[in-house]
Amino acid sequence: MADRPDADREAGANKPTLRLHVPEPKFRPGDTVDFSHIQVSEPGKQPRPDEACDARETAPLCHDLIRVLGDDNRAHGPWDPKLDPDTLRTMLGHFALVRAFDERMFRGQRQGKTSFYMKCTGEEATSVAAAMALASDDMVFPSYRQQGVLIARGYDLVEMINQIYSNKGDKLKGRQLPIMYSSREHSFFSISGNLATQTPQAVGWAMASAIRGDSRIAATWVGEGSTAEGDFHSACTFATVYNAPVILNVINNQWAISSFSGFAGAERTTFAARALGYGLAGLRVDGNDALAVYAAQRWAANRARANAGPTLIEYFTYRAEGHSTSDDPAGYRSAQEREEWPLGDPIMRLKNHLIALGEWDEERQEAMDREAAERVKAATKEAEKNGILGHGMHQPFRTMFEDVFEELPWHLKEQAEQATRERLIKFHGGRPQ
Amino acid sequence: MSAEVKESQAAQSGTERRLNMIEAINDALDIMLERDPDVIVMGEDVGYFGGVFRCTAGLQKKHGKTRVFDTPISECGIIGVAVGMGAYGLRPVPEIQFADYIYPGLDQLISEAARLRYRSATEYIAPMTVRSPFGGGIFGGQTHSQSPEALFTHVSGLKTVIPSTPYDAKGLLISCIEDNDPVIFFEPKRIYNGPFSGYYDKPAEPWKRHPQSVVPEGYYKIPLGKARTVTEGDALTVLAYGTMVHVVEAVCREKGVEADILDLRTLVPIDIEAIEASVERTGKCLIVHEATRTSGFGAELSALVTERCFYHLEAPVERVTGFDTPYPHSLEWAYFPGPVRIGEAIDKLLKD
Repeated sequence: MADRPDADREAGANKPTLRLHVPEPKFRPGDTVDFSHIQVSEPGKQPRPDEACDARETAPLCHDLIRVLGDDNRAHGPWDPKLDPDTLRTMLGHFALVRAFDERMFRGQRQGKTSFYMKCTGEEATSVAAAMALASDDMVFPSYRQQGVLIARGYDLVEMINQIYSNKGDKLKGRQLPIMYSSREHSFFSISGNLATQTPQAVGWAMASAIRGDSRIAATWVGEGSTAEGDFHSACTFATVYNAPVILNVINNQWAISSFSGFAGAERTTFAARALGYGLAGLRVDGNDALAVYAAQRWAANRARANAGPTLIEYFTYRAEGHSTSDDPAGYRSAQEREEWPLGDPIMRLKNHLIALGEWDEERQEAMDREAAERVKAATKEAEKNGILGHGMHQPFRTMFEDVFEELPWHLKEQAEQATRERLIKFHGGRPQ
Repeated sequence: MSAEVKESQAAQSGTERRLNMIEAINDALDIMLERDPDVIVMGEDVGYFGGVFRCTAGLQKKHGKTRVFDTPISECGIIGVAVGMGAYGLRPVPEIQFADYIYPGLDQLISEAARLRYRSATEYIAPMTVRSPFGGGIFGGQTHSQSPEALFTHVSGLKTVIPSTPYDAKGLLISCIEDNDPVIFFEPKRIYNGPFSGYYDKPAEPWKRHPQSVVPEGYYKIPLGKARTVTEGDALTVLAYGTMVHVVEAVCREKGVEADILDLRTLVPIDIEAIEASVERTGKCLIVHEATRTSGFGAELSALVTERCFYHLEAPVERVTGFDTPYPHSLEWAYFPGPVRIGEAIDKLLKD
C-alpha cells in the first residue's frame, strides 16, 4: 500500500493537492489542425554571429528559428549561404532521388521484398543539405533516417537496396535490419537500432581526431525523442568538456512513433536550448528550408574546424509519414497535420526558389523526378538479381559465425558445423556452404 | 486451497473465452489497474496509442492518463522512476518496447531495483514488473530479436518470468504485479498471435485452436516458481520456456517421442522440485532455449540437473540453443533452434 500523508497533516495543513502532468499533443485523429501556435520567424531576420563566437552569443538563436527562404521564394538575410545555381540543382537532384528511393523501397516492403523500411519524407533537407555542407570525409554518425546523407555522398543505390533486401550482394552479409547501412568508404558509421547510442560515439570520434591533430570533424543525427536517452546527455557533456570538433544535429520531426515531442520536453523549451546548459553553441533552424539547413551546418562545421567548439543544432521539421513500415500514424495523430504543416515541404521550397531565380522550371523538375524514379527502378532490378528477403537464405551459413570475433573460437567452429549440417538436412542434401 | 487447485478451478469455471497472448496481457493489466489504485502502467507509446504490439490498447482511455501514460525514450529513466514510485508505495508496470532496448536501464535494475530491499533492510522495496517483448522469429534483426533473460537471472534480487500461453500470461502477470520484488516479465513476441511449431515456412497458427487460449474473465493467479507440465512421457525430460515450449512440443509429436515437457514459466525462482521429479523418472534431460548458448540459462539448468540428479542420469544433459552470434536478419531461420536442431538432440539422447 502506498505511503499516505498522515491524517493530521492532511487535515491541518493548507497544502495544495499535487497533480501529475502528462503531456498531450494538440491534435488527435479526426481533429481539425491549427498550427498557429508554432512560431514561424521572418526569414532573414535572425542574426548570424561569428563562427568563433562565445557559445553564449547563440542563446537568442536557440529560441528563434533560423530561416532563409521566404514566401517570395527568395533567399534572405545573413544566413543565406549564397550557393550557385548548379549546387542548388545538385541538391534538388539528391532530393528527388531520396524521395523516389523512399517511395520504391516502401512499396517493395509492402510487396514482401523485405521486412522493413523507413522513409524520411519531409525531412530530406536535414540530411541532404547538411551532408552537402560538410566535407565528404567528415565522419557522420547517423540515426536510421539519414539515407539522404548516403545519397548526397554518392553511395551506390544498388548497394543500398542489396542491404535492404538482405540479399547475397549485401556487403553487411544480411546481418542487419534493412536501412541499417554502414559505409566506411563514405565516412558513414554503422547504424544501430538502439537509440542515441551514436551521439557519444560521434563525440569520441571527434575527440580522437583532435588528439591526432587531424582536420576532419564529426557530425551526428538524433531524433528529438531520442534526446531523452542518457547517451545524449553524455554526448553533450563530453562535447563541451573537451571542446570536441563535433556537430550534434537534433531532428525535431515532432513525432517519435506515437509520442509527440512533448514527451522529450518540448512543452517547456526548445531542443536547441539544451545547448545552453552545457555551454554548447546552439542553433534552432527551419529544417524544411534547405538553405537554412545548409548554412547552419556550415556555420557549425567551420566553428568545429577552427577549434572554436561543438554546436547543437535543432532542425524543426515534420515526419510526414509513419515511423516505419510497421507503423500507421492514423491511429494517433491527425492526418491534417501534414497538410497544415506551416513550414511546407523542403523539396517544393527549394524547387520554387530555383524557379524564382530563373534557373529552373516545372518541365525540368518533372524530367528530374522521372529520371530519379527510373534510376531507382533500374537499381532495384539490378539488386533483385541478388535475391530478395525470404526467397531462400542468401548467405552461406558460415557467414553467420564470422566477425563475431576476429578469429573463430572453437565453440563457434562447432556451432558453424552444426548449422551446415542442419542446412543439409533442411534442404535435402543441398549444397552446404 | 493450494495455488494449483485454484488455478485449475479458475480454468474450469471461466467461460469459454479465447484470447491471444496480447489480449490476455491487456486483460491482466486492465484487471490490476481496476483492482489496485497503486498500479501504474507506463512506457514508450503505451498510452493513447496502446503500445506498438497493442498490449496496452484502450487502457489509458479506461483508467486515465495518470494511471497509464507514455514516457520519454529513456529506459534508464523508465526503470529509475519505477524505483522511485515503488519507494512511494506504488506498483509500477513499466514496459520496455523491446528487450533489446533494456540495456540503458540495467544500472537502475541491477544496482538499484534488485538491491533496494537488501540495502535498506526492508525499509524500501522496489515492486515493479518490467514487461518486455523478447525473442526472434519476426525478422527483427539483431536489435529486435534478442533473448537476454540470463542477464537477469544472474542478478540476485530479480525474478524472471516468461509465459508461453495466453492463459499463463494473464495469471503470471497478475502474480508478478502483486509480488513485492522486482520482476522481469519477458513476453515471447513470436507467439503473441499464435503458437509456433518451428516451421517458419508453414502457415501461422492462431491461438484460438490452442486449449491454453481459453482465458477466464476476471482475476486469477498462477503462482511464480511453478513449472507447467505440457506433456507427460517417460522417454526424456525437456526443459523449455517461451516460444520454444511450442516448438519442442511439435517436434516430439512429429517424432512420436513421449517426453515430459516442462514449461518452466518462472526462471528465478526455478521449480526445482518439478525438474528433479521428472529427470529422476526419465533419466534423460534436454534443455532448449532460443538465447545464445554460452552462459545462457541452459548452463544453469544443466548444472542444477547434474548436481541434483546425477545418479539418475542415463546420458549427458543436452542443450539446444541459439548460436553464440548476434541474431542475424536474413539467416534468422538458420539461427533459430528449430526442429532439425532439436530433433538431432533428441535422437542423440534416446540413442545413448
